[in-house]
This record gives sequence, structure tokens and C-alpha cells, in this order.
Amino acid sequence: MLKVKKDLVVIGGGPAGLAAAKTAYDDGINDVMILERDFELGGILPQCIHNGFGLHHFKEELTGPEYAQRFINDIEERDIEVKLDTMVLDVTKDRKVYAMNKKEGFLEIEAKAVVLAMGCRERTAGAIGIPGTRPAGVITAGTAQRYTNIEGFVPGDEVVILGSGDIGLIMARRMKLEGADVKAVCELLPYTGGLTRNVVQCLEDYDIPLMLNHTVTAIKGEGRLEAVEISEVDENLKPIPETAKTIKADTLLLSVGLIPENELSKKADVILDDRTGGPIVNEGRETNIEGIFACGNVLHVHDLVDWVTEESQIAGAHAAKYIKDNFEKTGKCAEVKAGENVSYVIPQKIELESGDRKRIPLYMRVSTPLTAVDINLYADGEKLYSFSEPFAKPGEMISVPLAQKTLDDLDNLSEIKVDIIEKEGE
Amino acid sequence: MNKKYDVIIIGAGISGCAVAWKLARYNLDILLLEKEADVATGTTKANTAIMHAGYNADPDKLKGRLNVKGNEEIREVSKKLNIPYKEIGSLVVGLEDDDLSVIDELYQKGLKNNVKNMEIVDREWLLEHEPNISKKAVKALWAPTAGVITPWEAALAMAQNAVANGAEVKLETAVEDVLVDEGRVIGVKTNQGDFAADYVVNAAGLYADEIARMVGIEKINITPRKGEYYIYDHAKDFEVNHVVFPVPTPISKGIVVTPTVENNLLIGPTSHNVESKTDLATTREGLKEVYNGAKKLYPELDLRDTIRVFAGLRAADDTEDFVIEAAENVKGFVNVAGIQSPGLASSTAIAGYTADILKDEGLILSEKKDFIETREEPVRFYEMSNTERAKMVDQNKDYGQIICRCETVSYKEILDAINGPVGARTVNAVKRRTRAGAGRCQGGFCGPRVVDILAEQLGIDPTEVKQEEGNSQILEYKIKELLGSRVMNNA
Repeated sequence: MLKVKKDLVVIGGGPAGLAAAKTAYDDGINDVMILERDFELGGILPQCIHNGFGLHHFKEELTGPEYAQRFINDIEERDIEVKLDTMVLDVTKDRKVYAMNKKEGFLEIEAKAVVLAMGCRERTAGAIGIPGTRPAGVITAGTAQRYTNIEGFVPGDEVVILGSGDIGLIMARRMKLEGADVKAVCELLPYTGGLTRNVVQCLEDYDIPLMLNHTVTAIKGEGRLEAVEISEVDENLKPIPETAKTIKADTLLLSVGLIPENELSKKADVILDDRTGGPIVNEGRETNIEGIFACGNVLHVHDLVDWVTEESQIAGAHAAKYIKDNFEKTGKCAEVKAGENVSYVIPQKIELESGDRKRIPLYMRVSTPLTAVDINLYADGEKLYSFSEPFAKPGEMISVPLAQKTLDDLDNLSEIKVDIIEKEGE
Repeated sequence: MNKKYDVIIIGAGISGCAVAWKLARYNLDILLLEKEADVATGTTKANTAIMHAGYNADPDKLKGRLNVKGNEEIREVSKKLNIPYKEIGSLVVGLEDDDLSVIDELYQKGLKNNVKNMEIVDREWLLEHEPNISKKAVKALWAPTAGVITPWEAALAMAQNAVANGAEVKLETAVEDVLVDEGRVIGVKTNQGDFAADYVVNAAGLYADEIARMVGIEKINITPRKGEYYIYDHAKDFEVNHVVFPVPTPISKGIVVTPTVENNLLIGPTSHNVESKTDLATTREGLKEVYNGAKKLYPELDLRDTIRVFAGLRAADDTEDFVIEAAENVKGFVNVAGIQSPGLASSTAIAGYTADILKDEGLILSEKKDFIETREEPVRFYEMSNTERAKMVDQNKDYGQIICRCETVSYKEILDAINGPVGARTVNAVKRRTRAGAGRCQGGFCGPRVVDILAEQLGIDPTEVKQEEGNSQILEYKIKELLGSRVMNNA
């Protein structure tokens, strides 16, 4: 067993891990190692060959591989050690990382700090318990994307997509461009789970029907998928039997949610938030375990990679500070609470030294679509200020900065709460 | 015709594989035929995976006689063949005072069937040993000899041991007729040609009645009886320590809550007769029935962390008993039919009973001198400590590459599953042998890699790789060669 010591180990070489490693390095940590289970860096981005990445971070429109490549170049320009095809099997709370690869065999890496950046996985047909058979041809949209864009295989000809998450919308267009007949995108809820721009550019521009309030009620076929039964749902999201109709299809793609992959985090006793599925963190993205940080989709599912980058820079910077022992906590802790219409807020607590508080963006998602909203911040029940937005959608993350004045008073606060309310009379 | 065998066994489910394993210790030429691309793809792959203690069946039925024997034998057999087996014990939990008489009846039946070490336990015992059990629980029948087993691994292990002892297994070989000459069986006709044999064992599961009819036996009538299930991720944080049953009804043992050998929580099954022997569809109503049933025993149980729903078909004969007997009208033909629950628990005993019948029919059973009793333990990375894993990787670098992240399955394990005896030909066959794809992402991540490895090892195109049976190809066609595309570097 090869035993090594490192200042910083970053688990995952996707956009989160790359940005965290780069920032920590630039902040003076020169002994950084990235562990990546796939054969290349970039995480899910190399298979996201569509454009629309980087509008916020780079102020230009890039494809997924292009966005990833900029960070991969950054890593290559620095003296950062990268181990590919390397699977992390275990992380302990005293920051020992156990990993394996074919070249070196089993590795034990003792780290001063660890950044968890393992990303997320897709919810499957089994997890949502769609009735029917279990034929070939029922796969998640992300797996179909990998087959199509990385492996070079089309998974099917006649396609139905369940769920209107972004990957589902992107794959509707992708399959269409490969010549498939994309018959419908069904969404259980009365609104889409993805970005508005993806609904327009991937469905409307290609005349692919979006069927809101619809779900797949049966999967049919013994070897390969032969058809799916879809039904309209009532206001309680229960299928209405009279509306059931059968659509011939050899492929059903699922885009029904993403789940942060925290199996490793749990091994290190990291406490998870039920609402996000990711760790509970402070504003430095440090978990309850000292020296273990988390960022990107392992922390909460993001809509845009640009926000992943921003968040990972925060995590990388704080990991660097932690390693340099330059990291004093106030000992006090203000909890950040999700109020009305808010499904969650990241970070869940604010507790670092006051010198750190130049800017603390709060990331949140609204729990239901709203138009003309006020986003209200409260400190210990007292309203601080509001922001107005023309609309708020569950598919799109909202970022709100905490103002300096609040930060100055923070040592005396115990709770910050955010709610999002539709303006009266509109 | 090809070479002549002593015995042909039709069907490589748990019963057929067990008969092959039992007979392979004798000086016999054995051929095991299976119509699908793998062993254990019928009833054997989709059931509750329980080694019942043996208190359910009537003592005067074959079920009652063979269950307890099979349960006793599995302890030794599972060690010799390295079949994952855990003797966690079962509980039949009474929730109402009315249930108590049923529990007592089962206890008495168990005594008659010679089930060992049963006890009737009280509420306090239950709350201590099953902390999540319903607060309504009054009493339970505790049978410590019940256990959980991996059924497809049991069938595979027996088939592999039979092969190690000289038996042949032919997959994707469907029997189309049984050949009879002058009242004596002489072989079978299949889609892969004819095979001659002196004895034919019909272990065709759901199709045993159709095979029996080929020699004019009409009395066997198999009704497919569907059971639906939910299975959970093993990471689910919900304690269940035994195979937990409600009190049974006259036709069913009820919805069970149990951990599997690999610690996935399993709930089910329903029990409904269906028309078609290929109707493996789960239903909204069935799944609801499963969950409601499980909640009666465990009110706190939710559906979070379920990773799959599935359905299996029991092969129920009209007699509601095992039908294991020599044909009266055709010499050399033996039926092993109607093997529904407790078929898995009885499998080794069914095999022994079948061997005795064959002997009575004139088959000479002389033991091989060089009989291999054991099957080498497959490497199961997921259950190893990090120190053990490090040792394995030192021995062979192919263990260093993890293909299935959810279940920690290495590249080497997948190679062995494909290239070992009775090797995997399909994605699901790889899953059954290694657990690759059996985890929480359900093959979302490792699926493309397993397809690639299968294609490479079998020398076929990825578009030819099947998930399981029939036309279950996973990929439609190749788009184009992508520059620099590479799934994995095994160079």
C-alpha cells in the first residue's frame, strides 16, 4: 500500500474539484492532489457538448467541453497532481483518503484538508417505481448522453422522455438531431424542472411536445421497450385512468431529478441536510467535520456550472486558509433558515471569523413557481431588506448577497431567514 | 444426433442446477439445457430469497418433507460452494389477538416437520430484537434456522460445480420436443439440434407443464402466480434484523420485510394468479399492496431509497405441492414441477429426492473418485476490508480499477464473471455474478463500461450486447467514430 501525505486532496475532477484545486493553489497551497474516477478530467462536462456554459463566469458562451478545458488548462499550468482512473473507497474524519487505481494499486493519502466534489447521480426508474416490465431501453438521460456523445452510440429511434430536468430537455434535442423520433417530454408537475432557455431552445424550436401534468404509468415490452403508457395527473399528482394512452417507443429517457452522491461523505461522519441531500456547511463550505469541505453538486444540485465554479472557489479559498491555520471561528453561529416558498438555502450556517465576511452569497431555490416576487431577508425576525425579481422558478437557482451591514452585526445574530413572496395585487 | 448423455436436465433454474449438481458426483454424462442466455433467469432470479425454516407446509406434503431437509443441508452446501447465506432467523409476527392461534398452529406444524429451536417470543423480545416493529406486535413465532440466500448465486454455484465435475451446460437452447421410442425417452429436440439421452429431467419451471405434455402427461398444470417487490439501497438507514412475516393466509405467506444477504431491504411479494407466463410487469395496485403490507409490520418504513421494483412468477401446480415423480407412461422421464415456495429452501433436498427417483428408474449412481466437492469463492470486493483489497490489487492490477462505484466492483471481477465457467453473456448476467449495476444508480454509470467490456471479451459489437433475453439489445446503432473516444484504457 502506497502511503503519501498531501496538504489538500480534492475528490472529484469535475468543474467543482477543478475550481477548488485551482483556487487553493493560487492561495498558496502547492501540495494539491485531485483524484478522479473517470479517464479524463471535467466530470460531466465533456459529454455536455451543447452550448450555454460560462455566460456568467467567462461572460461568453461556451460548450461543456470548452468550459471544462479552460479549467483543465489552469490545472496543467500549475503543479497540481492529478490521478485519473482512480476510485476513492473511503474517507475518514481524520482526513485519511483511501483510493485505488490500476497503475499504483491501493493508496492511503493523509490530507490536511479534503474537498468533497463528487457531484451527483440521476434518479432512476426503479427509484420512482414506474409500474410495468423492465426491458432494455429504459435509461437515464445522462447515461443516454454518455452513450451518444462519448461512446458514439444512439440508444434508440423512438423516444419518450419522462421529466423535464435540463438533461432531459437537452437530450430531447440531441436525440432529434441524431434522427430519432422524440415523441414527447412528460412532466408530472404543472411546470418544467429545467431552465426556461432549454424549454425554448430544445423543445419549442424542434416542435417536441411538452406534456405538463403527465407521467408514465406503465412500461411495456419484454426484451426491448415496446411502448409506454402515459396518463394525465390530477391536482394531487395522481394519474387519471381515463386519460391513459399508449405511445410506441423503444427508448424511455428519465430526467426525474439528481441526487448528490454523498456515500463517501457519510463514511467521514459528515452530516447531511435532508432537503439538499448534501452536507450542512458554513459560509466557507466547511462541513461539520473540521478540514472537510464540500462544493458543487455534491453539496446541492446546481442549475448552472457557473455557480458551481463560484461556490468551489469559496471552498478552495477556505480550504487554503484552513491549511495555513489562518482560520479562526468566532465560536458563534448564525443559522440560515429557509422561510416561506424557499426549499433550501446554502450555506446553512455562518460561523467564521468576521474578517472573512467580504461577501457571502446565499444560494437558494424557490419551492414553487412564482411571478413578481420579493425576496426578503430577516435577521432574528427583523426584516433587513428585499430584492424584487420578475419571476422565480424551482429550476433556477437564486443567489442573494448578504449585505455588509448584516455581516458587521453578525456576531450578535442567531438566525438569518429568507422568504420569497409574490407581490400583492399582481 | 450428437453424443448420447446419461441425463438431460431441461431448465437451469435453481431446481435444474441443483439436480445437475447432485448428479455430477456420479459417473454420469450430464447435459443441462436452458432456453435463455443465462442460468437462473426465471423464477430463480425474482423471489424473496428465503431459506424457510419449514413450519408452513403440511407434513404430509412433499413441500413439508423437503423444506426442512433442504434447510438443514444448505448450511454445509453453502460453505462448500461459497454461496452467500445468512441464517438470520424468521419471525411470524402477530399484531392482533386473533393471530395468536395461527402462530400456535404454525408452531405445532413446525414441530411435526421437525423444525429445530423454534420459540414463541413475546412483545418485549420483539421490541428488543426488532426495534422498528409495529407497536401493535403481540407475539411472534421465532424460527432461528430460517435464513436468506442469494438465489441466482446458488443456482450458478451448483451449475459451476456440476461443470467442474464434467457436466455440460448449453444456454440459449430451447427444447422443442421430447423424443420417445417404444415407451422410453431417448432424447430431446431443441432449436440447437437433437440431443440423445437415457433419462430426461423436466425442471422447466413455469413451462414444466408444456414439457410434460410433449410426452403426453396432462395432469401437470402450471399457473403463473405473480409476486411484486420493492428493493432498497443497502445504505438505507432502517433496521430489520430477521425475515419478518405477518401471519399467513390460506394461500400466501403475506408481505415479508427482510434484509437480503447483501443487506438490501426487500419487501414483498403480492400473490396473484396471472394469465401469461411472461407477464413480469409490476402494477400500481400491486406495489401499493406491497407497501401497505410492509407498513403493517413496520409503520415507520417509507419508500425513500428504494432502487428497483420487480415482479417474479411462481410456478404453481394445481395440487399446490411439488410434483416430483417419474412418468408412468414414459420410462426415463422425471418431472420436477410445481416448484414454488419453499422451492429455493428445498432445492438440495429436491435434487436428492430426484436422484433417488432416477435410481429407482434404473439409473446407476456410482460415485466418482475424483469428485470436486467445492467451488472456489469468487472475489467479492464489496465485502472486503481495505487491507484485503490492497492485497488483491498487489496480486493483480485489474482489481485496481473499479467499474461499479455503487457496489465497488472491480474490472477483474467482471472479467472473471465473463470468462469463468458458465460465463456471463449479458449485462444482467454480469450484474448477478458481480453486483455491477445492482446498486443505487442502477447501472447509470457502470452500464456503458459493462457493455464495452462484454463486447470486447465476447468479440462482438456493442450494439449486439443484450441486457437479458430476446431482443434486449441496449444500443441501436453506431453514430460515428469519435476522434480520441475511449471508454477505458485497459492497455
